[in-house]
Amino acid sequence: MSSAIRVAFRALGANKLRTTLTMLGIIIGVAAVIALMSIGRGAQAQVTAQIQSLGTNLLFIRPGATNQGGVRSAAGQAATLTLEDAAAIATLPNVVATAPEVGTVVQILSQGQNSSTRATGVTDIYSAVRNTNVAQGEWITRQQVDARSLVVVLGDSVAKELFPDSDPVGQTVRMSVGNRTGTNFRIIGVAEAKGGTGFGNQDDQVYLPITTVMARLFAQRTARGAPNVSTVNVQVVSESVMDDTVGQIGDLLRTRHKVTQDDFTIQSQQDFLNTFNQIAGTFTLLLGAIAGISLVVGGIGIMNIMLVSVTERTREIGIRKAVGARRRDILTQFLVEAVVVSVLGGAIGISLGSGLAALISTIQVPGAGGGTSNLQTQVGLDSVLLAFCVSAAVGLFFGIYPATRASRLNPIEALRYE
Amino acid sequence: MSIRIHEVTKTYRMGNIEVHALRGVSLDIRDGELMAIMGPSGSGKSTLMNILGCLDAPTSGSYLLDDEEVARLKDDQLAAVRSRKIGFVFQQFNLLPRTPALEQVELPMVYAGIGDRRKRALAALEAVGLSDRANHKPTEMSGGQQQRVAIARALVNEPSIILADEPTGALDTHTSAEIMAIFQRLNRERGLTVVFVTHEADIAHHTRRIIHLLDGLITSDEPVTDKQFHDAEVRAQRSAASDGLDLTPDSYALTAGVA
Repeated sequence: MSSAIRVAFRALGANKLRTTLTMLGIIIGVAAVIALMSIGRGAQAQVTAQIQSLGTNLLFIRPGATNQGGVRSAAGQAATLTLEDAAAIATLPNVVATAPEVGTVVQILSQGQNSSTRATGVTDIYSAVRNTNVAQGEWITRQQVDARSLVVVLGDSVAKELFPDSDPVGQTVRMSVGNRTGTNFRIIGVAEAKGGTGFGNQDDQVYLPITTVMARLFAQRTARGAPNVSTVNVQVVSESVMDDTVGQIGDLLRTRHKVTQDDFTIQSQQDFLNTFNQIAGTFTLLLGAIAGISLVVGGIGIMNIMLVSVTERTREIGIRKAVGARRRDILTQFLVEAVVVSVLGGAIGISLGSGLAALISTIQVPGAGGGTSNLQTQVGLDSVLLAFCVSAAVGLFFGIYPATRASRLNPIEALRYE
Repeated sequence: MSIRIHEVTKTYRMGNIEVHALRGVSLDIRDGELMAIMGPSGSGKSTLMNILGCLDAPTSGSYLLDDEEVARLKDDQLAAVRSRKIGFVFQQFNLLPRTPALEQVELPMVYAGIGDRRKRALAALEAVGLSDRANHKPTEMSGGQQQRVAIARALVNEPSIILADEPTGALDTHTSAEIMAIFQRLNRERGLTVVFVTHEADIAHHTRRIIHLLDGLITSDEPVTDKQFHDAEVRAQRSAASDGLDLTPDSYALTAGVA
């Protein structure tokens, strides 16, 4: 075998330019697979880390879909959850705390700057449940929630955008929804940066007391007239009782809402993670498949060159047969040659692809809040192994036909070939 | 008896025309014989050589090689017979391109699955006086040297028979004499069976037996007279001497490595 590889290298070395061009097809294919898959994997890893950083013992309850007069709206559109629901859930044995929230889009005016961001109405406990801490100043207190105080905690991006040079804590911003005249809010704190990219920048929002949002900015109400809550964050004692707790909350809400059909949905972090991983996996696979097409094209290049090579070396095949080479010896020789080309190309392609991935990770992409962050890439061992094995298989597959043709040559005619 | 062929025929089809290349050839070749097959082109001598060399199977008839019937073997079985029992020397040398002499000589052993290749290949190169050219590639050698590499390659597996197809056809007179002298010496000292296929009477006279083929049949099978053989020897030596070469039997020291 080692002598077969040496013979293959000699044959390939005899026409270096041609060998290089042949290899180029595989190199480009493998590099494309590695680089594109690294983007998919990078995004997946980043979002997974982000979701997991929020804690895996969280449940999210959202209003369900409405079903009125046979018209079914999208999930989350109905106004069915209330602050009282959140308080009731908090009394369940497995539940540590519930943090209801309500969200709307607001315009912020400050020092002549006008920008749009998401306003999230929260309670004092939200900070603990969602692991959202302040970097400066204070979080919203229980008293401020009860009093519907006009205070705000800025997200990191918002703070940087509105107050690039000064300390925002203690200053005032004006916020409004739609065409309403705005209201002045006192800034009491700035939240810690949570990171995040185009997939949803968690730093591009402001936190207000939930009661203030309901009273001043956003007043969707349930059928029975209570202010509506868009999400109830539920912190569960531990991950192991997650499923039980989902059942208990469901029973409780159905009783409270006097319905048989759920008018709410309960999701866990794990659900998000699973859904996201499924999407990201498909996305990665799609990228890989597109790149894989170029590998096939590279394989056809190998086959083409091998066929030329067999014709060129007809006499050599004749000589080898005359001194006792069997079909299988000739077949092996040409197959080894094809595989050496593709594996060598694969190895170069892997290093080139990894280099490309590193280069891509320096590209700045705009984040949701107007800031930028690096595109994350990740070259997985699995994609390296996959690319390597596929390139070897491509060489083997596209080498079979030329090698078979070589092995079937008639030695007498081959010796006479000029 | 090394080779015994009986009533061998070979018929090719070229389109609708049947070509009878051999029409019933019977021939015995003893171990250690040095002989020549002669005939004009189209006489069937190449076909006979292909069959003797197990490159091709006869249409009918029997071919016993070392008492083994090889006339009905398939491609790969013929390849196995070639690798063990046949050595070829061609007019165009037919060495592998870009490959050093040592590896050329090792090649038949690779396909025959023989070990200790390096040592045996070196001994074979030494037997043809080329041990100092072991690492040279064909492009770095003269025609005579290339043909000597081909001879070393032909004899390295200790075949029952060496078939030489116009082995001096591409060489000048002096080098031809040199190559013929090597064949004679290998035949004399090692008892190697060598069959030449040639149309040059002068080459044929360096052997001990000449067969003439015409239209696929043997027309004569006669020994070379001592006088003819001696005259050819003298001519060769005279030609070589004028070139400063010494072709007396002791000019190449033989080692016991290949016997």
